[in-house]
Amino acid sequence: MNPRLVIAREGIDLMHEGHFKRELRGIYAVWWREFKIFQREKSRVVASVVQPLLWLFLFGSGVGASFSVGGVNYRDYIYPGILSMSVLFGSVFFGLYIIWDRKIDVLKAVLVAPVSRVSIFFGKVLGGCTDIIIQVLILFAFSFLFPAVNLWGIPLALGILLITAIAMVSLGLAIGSLFESLEGFQLVATFVVFPLFFLSGALFPVDERLPIWLQGAVKLNPLTYTVDGVRYALLGLNNFPLYVDIGIIVVFALLMIIMGSILFSRMK
Amino acid sequence: MAIIETRALAKSYGKIQAVRGIDLSIEKGEIFGLLGPNGAGKTTTIGMLCTILRPSSGSASIAGYDIVNKPAEVRRNVGIVFQDLTLDTILTGIENLELHARLYGIPSVIRKARIEEMLDLVDLKDRAHDITRTYSGGMRRRLELVRGLLHRPAVLFLDEPTLGLDPQTRARIWDYIKKMAENEGITVVLTTHYMEEAEQVCDRVGIIDYGRIIALGTPEELKDSLGGYMVVMRVNDPPLDTLRGLPYVSGVALNGGMVEITMKEAHLHLPDLLSRIRNVESVETRAPTLNDVFIKLTGRDIREEYTEDTGGWVESAARYRQRGN
Ligand SMILES: Nc1ncnc2c1ncn2[C@@H]1O[C@H](COP(=O)(O)OP(=O)(O)O)[C@@H](O)[C@H]1O
Ligand SMILES: [Mg+2]
Repeated sequence: MNPRLVIAREGIDLMHEGHFKRELRGIYAVWWREFKIFQREKSRVVASVVQPLLWLFLFGSGVGASFSVGGVNYRDYIYPGILSMSVLFGSVFFGLYIIWDRKIDVLKAVLVAPVSRVSIFFGKVLGGCTDIIIQVLILFAFSFLFPAVNLWGIPLALGILLITAIAMVSLGLAIGSLFESLEGFQLVATFVVFPLFFLSGALFPVDERLPIWLQGAVKLNPLTYTVDGVRYALLGLNNFPLYVDIGIIVVFALLMIIMGSILFSRMK
Repeated sequence: MAIIETRALAKSYGKIQAVRGIDLSIEKGEIFGLLGPNGAGKTTTIGMLCTILRPSSGSASIAGYDIVNKPAEVRRNVGIVFQDLTLDTILTGIENLELHARLYGIPSVIRKARIEEMLDLVDLKDRAHDITRTYSGGMRRRLELVRGLLHRPAVLFLDEPTLGLDPQTRARIWDYIKKMAENEGITVVLTTHYMEEAEQVCDRVGIIDYGRIIALGTPEELKDSLGGYMVVMRVNDPPLDTLRGLPYVSGVALNGGMVEITMKEAHLHLPDLLSRIRNVESVETRAPTLNDVFIKLTGRDIREEYTEDTGGWVESAARYRQRGN
């Protein structure tokens, strides 16, 4: 059949196609683009896996030679913290990349398509989570190097990290929507990402030995509950009940999704 | 009803009135050119028609859909090629088209054939699987042209489609644009400041200056409105006032050491004209161009006005490394 006739008829069908289906297709399209780019940037994937492993083996082994926490070797103790760190860094920076996308105008052509901003936002979130989860799975493949880790806890840990990834990609996109220049990267790294990491209990236990102000800051940090939940799943150690960890992360993720989709929709 | 209708369409950015009330009616199948100097409001006008920008006042419709109330329908019916290049330079040519096809919901059964047809149209088939970062400026433009066409829009907007390209590549791009318009039978609205090029491609043009349409018609109509021929002379110390006083002279302009005189029936009056000027170094007659129309209407030369914003363009070319790796 003449392709033009076909497309003309399809064109008419498309006009009657439901909103919902159209938006789903838009989400998929954006996800597809992000995944293509992920596949193409192998060096980024390698860096994002090697960096946490270096932390574990250089920092973990160095400090770990001198002490252990809760009966667990220090290197094993920080494994959940380093997993959380790589999710935090990977997710927020994935989201922040929209500053760059906007600077080089690749978003323009996407934003003018007949797909709502919110769907484009969700496509981006899914794309980011896919990248992050693949990186986390690669890191899990190294868990046999950490004798204290309970392999049966991996699915629970993965679930907690996935919810965290959703939250943090949304946060990155939200902040990225506000910035027009690449200086935003440095600001966010210094004032958001590093404090979240260092105040999360990723590298030290959260207990009464910490100064009071630090205890307060750590408890206000959503990443603390990710680290705590993952540590419970993999090592059986925790400061908070699991339902508190999961509850707080889920609420935080919902807030970030709402904030991110609003800011992304308003982005000029 | 015309495929594009605008009524007093206007846009302000704070105190800057970028577009000050445009009334246009563009018929299906036309190639319409919006011509004007840098900052005239061309990009802003197109932005409103594509629903990227919200008008400050006035209204417009495309294919019967109001641009404010029915943005999704308008978007489905328009294709746009932006002034700045917007390809995903980390994706291949074919992937760029595939992304677009998915965003516009072109069904998978016809997606592949349609993409091939488009790549063929602009002779990019053998480079289809290369990452677009490796494309030349002209190739990127061509890919953008067909990306805008892929979903068979009723109207294709081209914002400065030849900006920043060398003259030979520009000529080729215009050929492709004409071919596309013919093949697809769509309406094309383009902006440019290359007046001579627009003349050859456009069925009708609107000249825009300071956010207003100051002339509208076919290129012939606009040129005829000047009343006659152009006589261009190199003269030392031209007697401008005398020349302006002559009954058959309808316009006198100085342009980089040359005197440009618009006159009726040059073949009859040229001897008389020459007899009144001393020190004529050279004389040449030519048919008027759209640029002459612009000079007549505004007293300015668009070619000099156009401090070509290569700054932006060179910068965007330099930015063609994605994600700062
Ligand atoms: N986002 C903006 N904010 C403020 N002024 C703008 C903006 N975009 C365009 N303008 C101004 O509006 C006028 C028209 O711009 P534009 O439509 O880009 O012109 P053209 O495309 O004809 O060169 C210019 O004076 C420009 O400086
Ligand atoms: Mg412009």
